[in-house]
Amino acid sequence: MERKLTCIICPLGCELTVQTEGKNVVDVKGNTCPRGKVYAENECTNPQRTITSTVRCSDGGLVSVKTDKPIPKEKMLECMAVINETVAELPISIGDVIVDDVFGSKIVATQNKA
Amino acid sequence: MRDLVIIGGGPAGMSAAIAAYENGITDVLILERDENLGGILQQCIHNGFGLHKFGEELTGPEYAWRYEEKVRALGIECKLNTMVLDVSNDKVITATNAQDGIFQIQAKAVILAMGCRERSKGALNIAGSRPAGIYSAGTAQKFVNMKGYLPGKNVVILGSGDIGLIMARRMTLEGAKVHAVCELMPYSGGLARNIEQCLNDFNIPLKLSHTIVKIHGKDRVEGVTIAKVDERRKPIAESEEYIPCDTILFSVGLIPENELSKSAKVDLSAITNGAVVDQDRQTSVEGIFSCGNVLHVHDLVDYVSEEAEIAGKAAVEYINGNKDKNILIPIKTDGKVRYTVPQTITKEKDVAVYFRVSDIYKNVKVNVSDGNEVLFSKKRVKVAPGEMESVTLKKEVFAKAKELYFSLEEM
Ligand code: SF4
Repeated sequence: MERKLTCIICPLGCELTVQTEGKNVVDVKGNTCPRGKVYAENECTNPQRTITSTVRCSDGGLVSVKTDKPIPKEKMLECMAVINETVAELPISIGDVIVDDVFGSKIVATQNKA
Repeated sequence: MRDLVIIGGGPAGMSAAIAAYENGITDVLILERDENLGGILQQCIHNGFGLHKFGEELTGPEYAWRYEEKVRALGIECKLNTMVLDVSNDKVITATNAQDGIFQIQAKAVILAMGCRERSKGALNIAGSRPAGIYSAGTAQKFVNMKGYLPGKNVVILGSGDIGLIMARRMTLEGAKVHAVCELMPYSGGLARNIEQCLNDFNIPLKLSHTIVKIHGKDRVEGVTIAKVDERRKPIAESEEYIPCDTILFSVGLIPENELSKSAKVDLSAITNGAVVDQDRQTSVEGIFSCGNVLHVHDLVDYVSEEAEIAGKAAVEYINGNKDKNILIPIKTDGKVRYTVPQTITKEKDVAVYFRVSDIYKNVKVNVSDGNEVLFSKKRVKVAPGEMESVTLKKEVFAKAKELYFSLEEM
């Protein structure tokens, strides 16, 4: 089967043409760099996304966060539910782990908050 | 008297300050109107920044922090919560804040790094009253990411610029339903990756060649009528469709914020809405430089930082007395190439020229000529208005030219 994808790994956004046989990727065309091929293979077998959002802090403010690794794409909304019920204790430094394990990834702060 | 005053503490201002400091001018002052450094990056909590500059994907606040950390480590002075009221053509800056009241600073060199703002929807003529629930995408971004407040539950977005696309995903993740993104043009102005990961991932329809023709509701938005547009971008009545919604976001482009450049009597370009500059990002006023989104709207912050480094280094050269402009080569364009930055070359050194095109073109040659002869040419499979392009010209290439002419040749 042929599948068209847009590589999201970098701002170039290459248009990829992927040939699949069953679950296996047999050919990738259109990628400018090797990362595009890896992206196409993952996207066809186990699509993943990084989540960025905000977590409520103990003072009522917000701190911006991200998953330190991409999580399975179909878990995005469940990941958001975890993020939205979390309250983070201040102070927070960039890189601090806010939630330990969400679908194999950590939620980490992307901002400093005194 | 200060050596260098930088107006704006966003990515451009910070990067320019660091470059100047590291090249030997340590008397640098950053004036920032917000209470924090970082500019617009503070509210851009999504990732995708820094791949070019740092080889990794950072969120906006992380990218800003890389620079803020350095500004702090170098001890570069920053006045926050400080509003610059005026910059004169002889480099006197008038500013105000709560501690100092109104004050003036004479600078040897000034770097303008005020950034850009969103085009206002007022510029668009849409029928209907102006009920609550209409926001620019950037305002909605500030509400959601900095205040934790979701502006609405059912959303229609007009304009497919990157902020609009990013907000479509952000509001969806926070529980809103985005019914459509309407784009007047037959193509999106946003990055392809954002269409994929912000719209397609969530099955949000991108309606190209569509616009909002009417806003319904008196106190609060109740819905919109959208319609397809013809080649002259006029709505086609038979294609009208009603979408119930409580919120409309506008993402119809960014515009450099150049009030202060005007007060300094800097020549502005009618195309970029930013200053006309040479390869050093020096404006028509000697010793006043401009960089980042106040100069022309960039799609990647990495290029903002790079451009600001050029301005920072050049300001140092200027302060140190290297003021000679040995040549003057204006750069002209054919319209398919909409503009270039810089617009003039005043020194005989290799130069990277950034440019944008006015439409989507496939299989083209970018030609640089002196009016008679093509001096340099580069093939591109596809160029699009949303993606800034660049070519690097060796000084030997333009040494004898009186002017340079950038054009696209379809193959
Ligand atoms: S294939 Fe490589 S160059 Fe193309 S978008 Fe993906 S990462 Fe970027």
